[in-house]
Amino acid sequence: MSAEVGTFFALVARDLRVLRRQFGQFLVRTIMQPLLFVFVFAYVFPKIGQGFHGGSTGVSFTTVLVPGLIAVAINFQGIQAVALPLVQEFSFSKEIEDRVLAPVPVWVVGLEKIAVGAAQSLLAAGVVFPIVYLVHAHGAAPSLHIHDPLLFAIALVFACVLAAALGLFIGTVIDPRKIPLLFAVVVIPITFLGCVYYPWATLTPIPWLKVLVLLNPLVYMTEGLRASLTPELPHMPVWAFMLALVGGSTALTIVSLRTFTRRVVT
Amino acid sequence: MIGEPAIIPSAATESPIRAEQLRKVYGSRHETVIAVDGLDLEVRRGEFFGLLGPNGAGKSTTIGMLTTIVVPTGGRALIAGLDVRHHAAAVKRRIGVVSQANTLDRSLTVWENLYYHGRFFGVPRRRARLRADELLEQFALSERAQSMVFQLSGGLAQRLMIARALVHEPEVLFLDEPTSGIDPQSRINLWRILGDLHEAGQTTLLTTHNMDEADKLCERIAIIDNGKALALGSPTELKQTLGADTLITLTIDGEPAPLAERAAALAGVRAVEREGQLVRVFATRSEGVLAKLVETATSLGLHVRDAASHPPSLETVFLTLTGREYRE
Ligand SMILES: Nc1ncnc2c1ncn2[C@@H]1O[C@H](COP(=O)(O)OP(=O)(O)OP(=O)(O)O)[C@@H](O)[C@H]1O
Ligand SMILES: [Mg+2]
Repeated sequence: MSAEVGTFFALVARDLRVLRRQFGQFLVRTIMQPLLFVFVFAYVFPKIGQGFHGGSTGVSFTTVLVPGLIAVAINFQGIQAVALPLVQEFSFSKEIEDRVLAPVPVWVVGLEKIAVGAAQSLLAAGVVFPIVYLVHAHGAAPSLHIHDPLLFAIALVFACVLAAALGLFIGTVIDPRKIPLLFAVVVIPITFLGCVYYPWATLTPIPWLKVLVLLNPLVYMTEGLRASLTPELPHMPVWAFMLALVGGSTALTIVSLRTFTRRVVT
Repeated sequence: MIGEPAIIPSAATESPIRAEQLRKVYGSRHETVIAVDGLDLEVRRGEFFGLLGPNGAGKSTTIGMLTTIVVPTGGRALIAGLDVRHHAAAVKRRIGVVSQANTLDRSLTVWENLYYHGRFFGVPRRRARLRADELLEQFALSERAQSMVFQLSGGLAQRLMIARALVHEPEVLFLDEPTSGIDPQSRINLWRILGDLHEAGQTTLLTTHNMDEADKLCERIAIIDNGKALALGSPTELKQTLGADTLITLTIDGEPAPLAERAAALAGVRAVEREGQLVRVFATRSEGVLAKLVETATSLGLHVRDAASHPPSLETVFLTLTGREYRE
């Protein structure tokens, strides 16, 4: 048993080594999108007199945005960090094979990918937070308070696991030749329809959309963070997003470990 | 699923590698391919064993099954007595694998490829560092230690793959066409390294297209085609017992048919084949036949552009067995 744990951590060490080598890249790809987003919507727009507000008056748009953009960073990072390297390793190289031949059951190698992916998502959340919190025009500051740290921690961690499991799933089922479509067909729709720029509750005027977006995992990440960071905004009931985050992470982890095993063992 | 099996067969008595009626059928909706078809195999401790076969013979699939990454459709594969299907992790702990494809970790340096591989196998940090340095030295890669892997030439990458497979000192080493696609010099270099490993008692299963390689390195060889073993034995045995022929080739200016006809009637000639200008004569002895053939050609008024005699070799064994020419 302890030998297997040792192998698990050796796999983690390998991934962290690679992450350290590509840390600049990690920062750029994590920071760019949310930075531009808050710059345009929280700084430029208020300055030029354009305005958004997230459904409820009296709340600045940045308050809506903060949990949303953190969730996007988590989701994006999970997919990016797990799926893209895998696709590469499956297509023009077979370099995954050396790790598959490590002396553990194959699913342990997949689980390690989810663990490191989730850690990267968490790191991305930490990097993005100060940016989306601090970049805004005068008077457009977001109002945040964590009233329930435990709820916040659980929502955050499971959002990260869900994102990484989604990454493993996508990475193991997608045809490498279709990778350019991944962003157009999966990542962008998930982002735009992830209740990032508006709380889920405000979708009431469009009932079909309100139901449809429930298929989107990002919705639960956003709503979970919204409930724990900006509780005064309308948000999904706690039980609902918790069920989705915890249940979804578990289910997707199990499914993606299967698809991973099936992909590497013929 | 995790952990060593409760009963570990005695390492001294078990064959390091054993396959029993091993079978693999790849299936898709449109077709099924029988890649390995009831293969029996037994490799002894310390033995250098060769699987020799043409493209698509099922060599890589066999290695895949023995190394846990291909699931057998039927039969059994055992490494040190452990069934690969039920004790995959324990099997993986005992083997080192050099795949046909370059599976080096492109995100790591040369040195790191060895170090982290050792760590995956539970080699302690200090020892893993030592092994990495040691193996780079042994494989003459020390100068490239800090290079990224994608900067290596094919020959160097191949050497690094072998070095990596040895970091954790595996009981059994699998080499899937380790010398294909590298230049003759690197090849001879690799042969020397593999010879040394054999000398040191390493149990090795090697697949190859290359007859010379099999002849030079292997104690025993199984010739396989279409997923079946056609013959098994030491190179010498194979050459003798299969009645391998001396192969005489003649290239003729003009129509070789009359020569082929006459050749078939000569004493000591077992079979004759024709391919364009080329006449291939399989002779049970070499003395005198070549001279006789040239004489016959001349008497027929045919000009012999080229004539050569090949003593019994694995190549002629293979031709005799499969009727197929080897293409590398
Ligand atoms: N993943 C797969 N799916 C379907 N068919 C496969 C797969 N892998 C191999 N095959 C088929 O199985 C047969 C045996 O292939 P294998 O790779 O084992 O041969 P090989 O002896 O290693 O050949 P080579 O010398 O070209 O490496 C071939 O017909 C091949 O097309
Ligand atoms: Mg092969």
